[in-house]
Amino acid sequence: MSIDLLSVIYLITQTLNGLFSAALLFLIASGLTLAFGVMRIVNIAHGSFYMLGVYVAWTVVTRTQSLLLGAIAAILVVGAIGFAMQRFFLRRFAADPLAQMMMTMGFALVFRDAALMVWGGDPFTLAYPRLLRGSVEVAEVVFPRYRLFVIVVAALVGAGLWMVNERTLIGARLRATVDDPEMASATGINVPLLSGLVFAVGAGLAAFGGVMGGPILGGYPGMDFDLLPLAFVVVIVGGMGSLKGALVGAIAVGMIDNFGKVLVPELSYFTLFAPMVLMLAIKPTGLYGRA
Amino acid sequence: MSGATGTNATEAQSSQRTLLQMFLCALGVSVALFVVAGAAISAQAKPPIKVGFLVPLSGANAQNGRDILNGFLLYLEEIGYRAGGREIQLIVEDDEAIPAVGLTKARKLIERDQVHLMAGTLLSSTGYALAPYIDSMKIPMVYPVVSADDLTQRRRSPWIVRTGYTGSQPNHPFGEYAYHTLKLRKVTTIALDYAFGWESVGGFERTFVAEGGTIDQRIWAPVSVHDFAPYLASISRDVDAVYALFLGRTALQFMRQYEEYGLHGRVPLIGAGPTTDEHVLPAMGDEAIGTITALHYSGALDTPANKKFAATYRARYKKVPSYYAESMYTGGKWLIAGIEAAGGNVEDRAAFVQTLRAVKPMDLPRGPVEFDDYGNPIENVYIRRVERVNGELQNTVIHTFPRVSQFWKYNPADYLKQPLYSR
Repeated sequence: MSIDLLSVIYLITQTLNGLFSAALLFLIASGLTLAFGVMRIVNIAHGSFYMLGVYVAWTVVTRTQSLLLGAIAAILVVGAIGFAMQRFFLRRFAADPLAQMMMTMGFALVFRDAALMVWGGDPFTLAYPRLLRGSVEVAEVVFPRYRLFVIVVAALVGAGLWMVNERTLIGARLRATVDDPEMASATGINVPLLSGLVFAVGAGLAAFGGVMGGPILGGYPGMDFDLLPLAFVVVIVGGMGSLKGALVGAIAVGMIDNFGKVLVPELSYFTLFAPMVLMLAIKPTGLYGRA
Repeated sequence: MSGATGTNATEAQSSQRTLLQMFLCALGVSVALFVVAGAAISAQAKPPIKVGFLVPLSGANAQNGRDILNGFLLYLEEIGYRAGGREIQLIVEDDEAIPAVGLTKARKLIERDQVHLMAGTLLSSTGYALAPYIDSMKIPMVYPVVSADDLTQRRRSPWIVRTGYTGSQPNHPFGEYAYHTLKLRKVTTIALDYAFGWESVGGFERTFVAEGGTIDQRIWAPVSVHDFAPYLASISRDVDAVYALFLGRTALQFMRQYEEYGLHGRVPLIGAGPTTDEHVLPAMGDEAIGTITALHYSGALDTPANKKFAATYRARYKKVPSYYAESMYTGGKWLIAGIEAAGGNVEDRAAFVQTLRAVKPMDLPRGPVEFDDYGNPIENVYIRRVERVNGELQNTVIHTFPRVSQFWKYNPADYLKQPLYSR
């Protein structure tokens, strides 16, 4: 095997790794960016939804051995938690972003301790679906089957979100609300209800991301703040409120993070945050954000 | 209220009687209390020994902290919270695995609760942060887990007694074992990028390379790592083995992903003990089988003392003891042996530290232990292989290096002239 071939294989494998990171980041960041777009909420508790998702799924998967049931339960339970959080707490501070942010911070701490009390502090991983065990080998490129599956699923979710956003009435209302909540409300759109739904969907997506990562990354105390900083970078680079931005941002951050760790491991944080700083300096609204 | 100013004499009288009754009642209660208190004092001539205990009980390391505490509680229950003719009073604080919080809680325990002795903590960073304060307050403290090499090497503390091990200690013999018995020649190391990782890998590399082995790649993963994909994809399949040091959830994730990338079964996995320690082993699957690691303890150690400990621990806490659990069972036994040897006199703190360093507690789960001249235990190092026995994963001991010192076969003076292991 020549050196060139080796490095091509290496490049393909690492690109796929980057896409897997991007897939998880997209699931988390899409909810974060939607919530910000509609409600101007910077949700510190968004990582908690990711964490609660995998814990809820754990309870279900250990009883049913089905990752699918675990995912459904996680989306429903965490979505409901998100809806209740928005409906009963965040809505009271609709005009005060700082109070909202502090409240989500409080929720993050409450969720963290609650998870420790309910599920204990031992780390765990979710069982693999049997069909997705092992790895695919195509012409010397070895890549885990399950990771390919996650990339495909995230792409489907992205396509679904895009369809809803661009092609349905509820998507049109959503876009109107992102553009101008007051005007949207004046045309008869029920902005508070829409906000609650968006928040719930975002929470459900983050929970789904947690479940998708579950067989590989597992669940453990502290995971709520593991991917959250990266998700914020995604949203800032992609543009706050933009789904397309979340997609592009996730791929960019996933790739940079992955290659950064391999090529310049000592600078892994620098390689991640430098693009964000540059973006803020050149185009503060992000790639696809509107001022 | 006085009767003279009252318009109704009977009312005044009755209220006076009530007051008198209350007074008598209070007198009776206080007399009773006095008698009870006196009885208590005469039954127990000396006040209790207060032991301050610090571990993380919240945050990411909560479960490790809980294991350490459980080991201590198990031993204290065994002796009925009494030693040296005095009651043992345990005061537990959560250090949240944050050095600054640990320091604040230590201040609280020492200055407000006035504890006689201290024990605990998990992380080396907290251990280093506490050391100067403990020294300045002259409070004897047992470190059951903190394994930072320098605490018993170049930065020794007169007041801190380490009953655990140094990060490099089990890895010195392991490097020789890997070369001679496992017949490995070329190894890639991957470890968490902080002192514990450097000291474990450093110890292994030193003896392995001295025997003639080579290190192919040295990979350091940040402690925040969760996805090992970028590292696993760059490990050469031509090495004889991969040496890994991870713990807790990173160990679990690493093991899972090592299999995911087709390395399990193709490149043998060896490593430092915590990677397959019982604090995380039950959560692992078949991908862990065959991994060979070195540590001063194994939950599956086949000695009467450990079998008894493991059985009691399992009955009490419904899980296999990890080395964290054993650490403070042994640490507790050590502390109590010291208190017994000092006849319960912990108030003479300087003498107590000397006693603590001199005692040799018997029948420890991990085997025989004694201190070297630098205050670190000389103890057995066990080479363990993960096997599934009766449906459960365990660290089967396949070889024992008896009485291993933190300096291995080297002369302590020469050893200390060399720099601390780093990346």
